[in-house]
Amino acid sequence: MAKLLSPIRNFFARSNDDLVKIIGMAVLVALVSSAAVSVAAVMLRPYQEANRAAERQARIDQMLDTLPGMRDLMMESGVDTLETRLVNLDDGSFASGEDPAGFDLEAALQDPNASIALDPDADIAGIKRRANQSPVYLLQKDGDLKLIVLPVYGAGYQSTIRAALAIEADLTTIAALAIVEQGDTPGFGARIEEPEWLALWPGKKIADETGTVRIELVRGGASTPYEVDGISGATRTSTGLTNILRFWLGDKGFGPFLARLRQEGL
Amino acid sequence: MSLKHHLISPLLGNNPITLQILGICSALAVTTTLSTAITMSVALTVVLCLSGGVISLMRHHIPPSIRLIIQITIVASIVIVIDQFMQAFMFEMSKRLSIFVGLIVTNCLVLGRAEAFAMRNPVLPSVVDGLGNGLGYSLILLIVGALREFLGTGGLMGVPLVTTVAEGGWFEPLGLMQLAPSAFFILGLLVWLVRVLRPEQVEQPEFRLKAAEDRRP
Repeated sequence: MAKLLSPIRNFFARSNDDLVKIIGMAVLVALVSSAAVSVAAVMLRPYQEANRAAERQARIDQMLDTLPGMRDLMMESGVDTLETRLVNLDDGSFASGEDPAGFDLEAALQDPNASIALDPDADIAGIKRRANQSPVYLLQKDGDLKLIVLPVYGAGYQSTIRAALAIEADLTTIAALAIVEQGDTPGFGARIEEPEWLALWPGKKIADETGTVRIELVRGGASTPYEVDGISGATRTSTGLTNILRFWLGDKGFGPFLARLRQEGL
Repeated sequence: MSLKHHLISPLLGNNPITLQILGICSALAVTTTLSTAITMSVALTVVLCLSGGVISLMRHHIPPSIRLIIQITIVASIVIVIDQFMQAFMFEMSKRLSIFVGLIVTNCLVLGRAEAFAMRNPVLPSVVDGLGNGLGYSLILLIVGALREFLGTGGLMGVPLVTTVAEGGWFEPLGLMQLAPSAFFILGLLVWLVRVLRPEQVEQPEFRLKAAEDRRP
């Protein structure tokens, strides 16, 4: 034991100006510090995840509250929350026989059979892999679609932005946008969470008559129904959000699903 | 230099904010309400005590040539762990403090105490010194936070104390108090007040204008 300890004792007995001691102390402090940080991060992750999941749900509920008449419609339909369905993104059909609540995005992204790698050119949202299925939330009354909420996510400036886009029954008019989770710069990019800015979204159109997705955040004033004022000082966040919406409304995202809904309905 | 001295002197006589003018960045940013000021005070006090203790414990083995790097690494690790704890168990509060918990790392007060005190003193006095400075910082933060929240919103801890004009009462909330400059004003007034009470804290001017001296009769 004493033999084992003696190199350690020798190390600490060295002068503080000794090169070995300097490098050794630097490595030692770095190792101990990173171990402490890693242990804390890993052990606390389940609690943090639970907090974030609750926050995401709360934001979607909050968005529903901002939609005029939506709560009344839900009361009439006798539901207290939106119906969750799983969509096969490739052909836009509903996945039958699977429990939407059991869908785990992280697990699907790890599984080569449940997700696809995106070509860098097609990956404008910066997500690298896309799951083959995605949940959507919808509200229907007597078989008529009233509202559909699409979960979208992708790269903002320095964080992943997760948002929920609520679309009206015509499948082109935006009913509301909710930012579910983001970590961009406070005071700049993080302003996409502000209610005043989110209030710019209702009534905008995601696509023109030909079905081309045109929704976009612009500098200066928005002049067409497809444009929303971007946030000054947060160009990267604004373009990030544009690309996220364009990706998820496009062919690799919910495009086929929306096209099918337009033709066949639910 | 007793333990009691280390604990008491930073409260008024050697207050880190009003005398040393350290750590005022966060004092401006998180004092819009009393509850954020309290949380920030607790977080900073814990960081000060822990970093003081750890750095003092290993002070004989910190090579002088890399001492600042080692100190800041230790402080940063402690801050990250505390930030993680807050995200796990105080989620709402950590969202409101956003980046300011992480910015404790760059709070001059923490590195200042580590470098000036913990590097040369045993563990117990270092922890007590951290506690004392943390409390001194907290005292100012709480005063500023309480004043700003009360004058700015008419309540404390989110509980309305007086009815505002908007709700039919007589109290007109002072919107300026919720903006950063008001923290400077309050801080300046506090420094003034402390120096009136303790004239020995007034600094001598570093130089005098010669022309002005000559003109005097």
